Amino acid sequence: MDLSLLSALNEERATRRAAILVSDMAGGGQRLIRWADDFTDDPLADELARRFRSGTSGMVERDGGAAFLTVSVPPPRLVLIGAVHITQALVPMAQIAGFNVTVIDPRTAFATPDRFPGVALHAEWPEDVLKTEPLDPYCALAAVTHDPKIDDFPLQEALRVGCFYVGALGSRKTHAKRMERFAEAGIGAADISAIDAPIGLDIGASSPPEIAVAVLASVVKALRRPMEVA
Amino acid sequence: MSDTTQAVPDVLGIAESWTLAGRKAALATVIETWGSAPRPVGSHLVIDAEGNFEGSVSGGCVEGAVVSEAIDVITTGKPTTLEFGVADETAWRVGLSCGGRIRVYVEPIV
Repeated sequence: MDLSLLSALNEERATRRAAILVSDMAGGGQRLIRWADDFTDDPLADELARRFRSGTSGMVERDGGAAFLTVSVPPPRLVLIGAVHITQALVPMAQIAGFNVTVIDPRTAFATPDRFPGVALHAEWPEDVLKTEPLDPYCALAAVTHDPKIDDFPLQEALRVGCFYVGALGSRKTHAKRMERFAEAGIGAADISAIDAPIGLDIGASSPPEIAVAVLASVVKALRRPMEVA
Repeated sequence: MSDTTQAVPDVLGIAESWTLAGRKAALATVIETWGSAPRPVGSHLVIDAEGNFEGSVSGGCVEGAVVSEAIDVITTGKPTTLEFGVADETAWRVGLSCGGRIRVYVEPIV
């Protein structure tokens, strides 16, 4: 591998941009396809698009011979809207599970470093934070403030961007109202139904830490078995 | 991944920094697996000419053999593909105790 190709790949990885290194197994040639590149004319276009979604490396057989695709997608990031009790339990659990975690809550009484040590914490409105740290398809977003003023924008943004998991805390009644608001805002029915609500895997969780377990389980399932998630 | 929990080394980053520091290195990549292979396709191991390595292609079963082949690859400058499996005892000194088979592509970084 050319050092310049390796450096280019590492640069994409460092900035949370997906990229695929294509290695021609017969001829030995290699090229780098960046997520932002227009690769529609590439002989492997369909395969590249599929691999960007699945994030899995693998061998591709084509008429011209075999190629190996080294697929690099960003590490999964969990963005939590709401610095509440559930969040305090969920942050360390998600970090142990390997997620890069960000907590956002404009209510400065909730979003304090004392309550959230060792995590990226923003005591600001999601609208402002997501401008400088945009969501991407390799993000999961869970909104747990119960307050539409805080939760609605990041939930809609997560659906728009195609985050691999979008979950919202609230009773069925609360969620029904949310669905009405989102429909009025012009969000499609398929997107609205993709929201995990009531939030979390149905394990009968009742305490905030138990709800955190249920949410993390749902996030992991969305990451590892995306086809089984509605 | 957060820095505090990252147990897996950044093999591609290490490969770049070793090469930039003037160390000749090779990159080994799991390109195919069959059965219960210990590390998934796309797993990397980086090796230098002295046999230092970082990463994993098999969780320890065949790393020794990959390292010695990689030193040859660094010397010749030519990539090679290695295959390991429990059924190949006559062809290889080492195998995978889990019963799987893996193919590993080893290429020089130039």
